[in-house]
Amino acid sequence: MKMTGAKILIESLKKEGVEVIFGYPGGVVLPLFDELYDVPIRFILVRHEQGAAHAADGYARATGKVGVCLATSGPGATNLVTGIATAYMDSVPMVAITGQVKTFLIGNDAFQEADITGITRPITKHNYLVEDIKDLARIVKEAFHIARTGRPGPVLIDLPVDIQQQELEFHYPEKVDMRGYNPNYEGHPGQIKRAAKAISDSKRPVIYAGGGVIISEASGELIELAKNNNIPVTLTLLGMGAFPQTDKLALGMLGMHGTAYANHAIMESDLIIAVGARFDDRVTGKVDAFAPHAKVIHIDIDPTSVSKSVDVDIPIVGDAKRILKELNANVKKPDTAAWLEQIEGWKKKFPLKYKDDDKLRPQYVIEQIWEATKGEAIICTEVGQNQMWAAQFYKYIKPRSIISSGGLGTMGYGFPAAIGAKVGKPDAIVFDVAGDGSIQMNIQELATAVSNKIPVKIAILNNCYLGMVRQWQELFYKKRYSYTCLKGSSPDFVKLAESYGAVGMRITKKADVRAALDKAIKTDNVVVMDFVIEREENVFPMVPAGQAINQMIEGGLA
Amino acid sequence: MKHTISVLVENKFGVLARISGLFSARGYNIDSLAVGMTEDPTVSRMTIVSEGDDKTLEQIKKQLNKLIDVIKVVDFKEGEFVDRELILLKVAVSSKTRKEVLEAIDSCGAKIVNAGSKTISVEAAGDQNAIKSLIELLRPFGLMEVVRTGRIALEIGDKALSGQGKPEANE
Repeated sequence: MKMTGAKILIESLKKEGVEVIFGYPGGVVLPLFDELYDVPIRFILVRHEQGAAHAADGYARATGKVGVCLATSGPGATNLVTGIATAYMDSVPMVAITGQVKTFLIGNDAFQEADITGITRPITKHNYLVEDIKDLARIVKEAFHIARTGRPGPVLIDLPVDIQQQELEFHYPEKVDMRGYNPNYEGHPGQIKRAAKAISDSKRPVIYAGGGVIISEASGELIELAKNNNIPVTLTLLGMGAFPQTDKLALGMLGMHGTAYANHAIMESDLIIAVGARFDDRVTGKVDAFAPHAKVIHIDIDPTSVSKSVDVDIPIVGDAKRILKELNANVKKPDTAAWLEQIEGWKKKFPLKYKDDDKLRPQYVIEQIWEATKGEAIICTEVGQNQMWAAQFYKYIKPRSIISSGGLGTMGYGFPAAIGAKVGKPDAIVFDVAGDGSIQMNIQELATAVSNKIPVKIAILNNCYLGMVRQWQELFYKKRYSYTCLKGSSPDFVKLAESYGAVGMRITKKADVRAALDKAIKTDNVVVMDFVIEREENVFPMVPAGQAINQMIEGGLA
Repeated sequence: MKHTISVLVENKFGVLARISGLFSARGYNIDSLAVGMTEDPTVSRMTIVSEGDDKTLEQIKKQLNKLIDVIKVVDFKEGEFVDRELILLKVAVSSKTRKEVLEAIDSCGAKIVNAGSKTISVEAAGDQNAIKSLIELLRPFGLMEVVRTGRIALEIGDKALSGQGKPEANE
């Protein structure tokens, strides 16, 4: 049967199992929207295309499925850019579909024309401009395959409106055939043996695991490696949940705002077992001084991540789950008793702490969210102090329970990502831990959440500052608070919530936090909680930029 | 150190932009880049001359391989390949210098493609040393224009980068 290009696209999405699209209409996607009108794919109309990209990203991170967003040409497409870049940095499977002006107008500076394949080339895993309707089904098939395999990432398909309108027989290809793309999943057996021996021979091993463990669904294998061999585990921001924070081998996060004991452990270690992590500069601090006594094993599916910043002794390129399984079968348990005792000493000496007085402090709010949900919630975060407190003080016990923009550090990410996460996991309690700065970057999505009945809970840690930047200004710029104070210029978040049809709450006392959280969780609506916190609370410990990671403020010097 | 890298890529719209964009975005050097269709019309071959330390070169090769449209990447080792570049140049001549210029061109095995009263246009092909000495030889006379194709390279021996058209097929 002959179909229009628009229908071919929608049928292809159905073949890929797409259940929801986040998007926004416009001139050159009218044929697509006409098809969407009576197709059983859920469509979530956002209020800004950036929200669509972040929501698709949040959906993907919460479920492991490919998130799909859709926007029109020109400004619609460019509004997706921040969301695509965010997904790219954090290896999130996403397919972004944009409309494009008619093929014969491309390059003519037509109305709402932008070269979106050119613009997104460095921030997509791959992208396509569909030039012929005959290629369309194959391109969709390839796009989903590329997005979800290997190291996942966003793929953009730019579809001109005239191709949406042309007609062709629909044949969806059974498989893809790309000679230039063939990710390697099996780790090299010789390298795995070498790694197993290095672990067996180690005295002070540390597992340093990242988002790759979550993506590869390798949490079970990671837990086995750690617990069978008594190896402590530190996690990156994106790795949180891969190993339960409640376990005695858990060291929490490492790096700039990591725990003192994780950073000390890395610096004293004789073997770093890096799994699905990429030695980001926020993790390593001063690279030359990173883990000076350690051999490094690096398990990663992306060869470019290996020896990019830190030199690796035993690289193993492949899928974390498969490689960890092999490792588990080959490692002989090292004796780490003395090492664990040393770490226990650091844990006692340098715990994560904050002033436990009667003031309303942000760390307490996060702890109470943990108490109220016992690790069963999905915590999305914005970026800045709120993000770091959410990483430090909530105990993540399972994968996909924290959703945060780690690589790009995108303010305004958390709320739309929470919408996407809630759509993907409707039974989960989904929080957005926000700051009063970040939440205003995509606050328009309150309309999306309320009108689509997506009852996410927003906890604004409101200090009337762009807090993380203020913290740096306090510590490194002589308290010259240049353009970071929002006092008196923000809206009344309670009234704002109410005007969107959400529930607003303001919490100013420590004693009221728990009751408010319980009420918010029970409320079957979007809730905006405005926690008026201590204004100049800082995130500690902190490694100043460019320092070795044991040179922490408030973390004890090694 | 300078490296000569051959890259087989899909002969598709936008591939050159992906490669050059990768180099500029990540701050890698390109000394020269030459590209053209291969024996297989769906495949193009790029010869990229780049400079960097071993770690950088390793990253360049990995990053190139990561591109979906890149089929194969080979960093040629010294002595395992031949390289050539085509150059066109225009040199100034006067009645005084004409003879000397002609001798210089002849000594380098270069070809005259056009000779006027004030200029001579020259074509030459050769490896990097040959091209360099031609330019240096003619520079004192006044080089008015130099146009270079960029280096292309071919591995020595019976192996072929694409693995197609095996030599025994022709026997």
